[in-house]
Amino acid sequence: MDVRRRNNVTVTGPADAPVLVLAHGFGCDQNMWRLVVPALAERYRVVLFDYVGSGGSDLSAWSQERYSSLDGYAQDVTEVCEALDLERAVFVGHSVSAMTGVLAARAAPERIGALVMVAPSPRYIDDEGYRGGFTAEDIDELLASLEANYLGWSSAMAPLIMGNPDRPELGKELTNSFCATDPDIARVFARTTFLSDSRDDLKDVTVPTLVLECAQDVIAPREVGAHVHAAIPSSHLVTLDATGHCPQLSAPEATAQAILGFLESRL
Amino acid sequence: MCRTGGVPEPSGTGDEAAMDAAFTALLEDSAEELYESAPCGYLSTLMDGTIARINATLLNWLGLKREAVVGHRHFVDLLTVGGKLYHETHFAPLLRMQGELRGIALEMKTSHGGRLPVLVSSVIKHGSEGEPLLIRTTVFDASDRRAYEEELLRRRQDAERAHAEAERARAEAEQARRQAETDRERLADALAVLQKSLLPDSLPALPGLETAVYYHTASPDQLGGDFYDLFPIDGDRWAFFLGDVCGKGPQAAALTSLTRYTLRAAAHHDPEPDAALSTLNAVLHERYTAGGDPRYCTCLFGILEPGTDGRTTVRLGSGGHPPALLLRADGRAEFLPTPGGLLVGVLPTAPFATATTALAPGDTLLLYTDGLTEARTGPARDDLYGEEALLAFAAAHAPAAPHAVITALTELLEGFGDGPDDDTALLALGVPAPADPATNDPR
Repeated sequence: MDVRRRNNVTVTGPADAPVLVLAHGFGCDQNMWRLVVPALAERYRVVLFDYVGSGGSDLSAWSQERYSSLDGYAQDVTEVCEALDLERAVFVGHSVSAMTGVLAARAAPERIGALVMVAPSPRYIDDEGYRGGFTAEDIDELLASLEANYLGWSSAMAPLIMGNPDRPELGKELTNSFCATDPDIARVFARTTFLSDSRDDLKDVTVPTLVLECAQDVIAPREVGAHVHAAIPSSHLVTLDATGHCPQLSAPEATAQAILGFLESRL
Repeated sequence: MCRTGGVPEPSGTGDEAAMDAAFTALLEDSAEELYESAPCGYLSTLMDGTIARINATLLNWLGLKREAVVGHRHFVDLLTVGGKLYHETHFAPLLRMQGELRGIALEMKTSHGGRLPVLVSSVIKHGSEGEPLLIRTTVFDASDRRAYEEELLRRRQDAERAHAEAERARAEAEQARRQAETDRERLADALAVLQKSLLPDSLPALPGLETAVYYHTASPDQLGGDFYDLFPIDGDRWAFFLGDVCGKGPQAAALTSLTRYTLRAAAHHDPEPDAALSTLNAVLHERYTAGGDPRYCTCLFGILEPGTDGRTTVRLGSGGHPPALLLRADGRAEFLPTPGGLLVGVLPTAPFATATTALAPGDTLLLYTDGLTEARTGPARDDLYGEEALLAFAAAHAPAAPHAVITALTELLEGFGDGPDDDTALLALGVPAPADPATNDPR
């Protein structure tokens, strides 16, 4: 099995530089990192990939069994690290991928030497003494939203490149599909993401960790960022003056600066 | 539009007056009015989602006051929770990456706690430096369309469920079919074991005698109604029998089993043919006919006594069975008549016909069941092979050793129409002809 092809691995940046592995969350694919990659790749080797089932990955490698738990996604991470023979790489995970990184670092400590958790949440549903921001019914509603857009999905996938002369980096090929997922696969990923509870796994993090949260994030509110920071003694918390769940898109410069600052402080 | 300003048309009809009014209304329809009262919702947000402008149509749909919204609320605040999650994970990233997004299905909350299904299209307005400035969004009421789509989706899910159901039923039927197949195979195996108990595995080797046999069951479950056996009784004497029980299938097999083991036991007690057949008659009558279930068999029972002169004496008894056939060394063929013997098991006591002959070297004795003489040779019901044809066939082949006789008859049977359609048993016993020096060369 060719993991590089399976996970649509792309690598940029100086060959002998320290390695950053950037992992997308639920929703889109590695193109989520497009606006921060240029700044990061000046001084770091940047590895991008798509989880099996997303973006340009090999859909034939997808199985409901494996990708119904976060361990399956963490296995993708460790297998990509093995395929590239990475040692002590910095893993940057967005959203649910922040927790995937925690699991991967525990499974392959020789591969992952530091974590950057972008808008992380170890549990999205409220629990006794814990506010994740959502109820179980809310998550059902999200699944219904996915269903509702299934029929109208093609219009969202259609090439919409026109009127973007100022963003030449958004090549035509990636507008087609970077947030398009097979509906059955998206449903499994959504369930796995939003029904997960990884709070107990946080205590196993021993590597230097940056928790990067947004000031206004409906998916991962500030309380959740504080919870993650408190649960990981080796962590450092940075709150970006940004709105939404995707600071790498809404505030790419600040996001890149925060990541670079963290990397430089520990080198 | 081809009015020429300043040159009034001749005034006249009411139609023209209405057109004038409509044209005036169009001229007076300001951009502001077009925006506020458009048949779709309009809003503009800052890049962080803060609502900067919103039209009256959308405010009306949602039951919101402008002053509570503009500058205070974000676009996601208008959405249901599921819509918010979808916005954050799909809508916002797509919009950021593509600069434009069309026809995304979301739901908005109304101030009365209701939900408004909408289709949302957004475009980012960029500044002169290419920097994103704000997001313009149109909102279409999609209540009817969503109801229709949900119906489509529901139908599709119903169809998928029905398909899964049918698939499951098909798998169950396949499982049942496999089970039936397994059961059938097991039953066939059991029947084959039972059937083996009704016949000798192989004929024993008799000193100074040659033997050959043919056996065919017409029934698909392999339970035949014909039987034969050959076994030693005392010293150098041997007993043999061949017969045919009435009926077919398991009942006939039970009768065959009783017949075989009774004759074997009787032969050890008193091997005289009429004594053995009388014992069998008494046993079958007691077991079946006396109990109101008349069953019987026909049977030839014989004893072989090798003599000192190279000849073997055969003493044969018949219970209602077709006569044995002799193929002599000199090329003659003849029946060994045993007339008058009754079916075995019909009456409490019965007389049995006996006959005696001697087999010289080169002679062969053939016992057969009516599967041979009543074999169908043509399409008509009464196109049967018959004893006369059999005698002629034997005469044409004599002299012939037992194996040669059986081989010739097997070919004959297989040549009849679709092959043998009744149970058939053939047993041939013979004294080998003197060795031909030409073919018995030890080299």
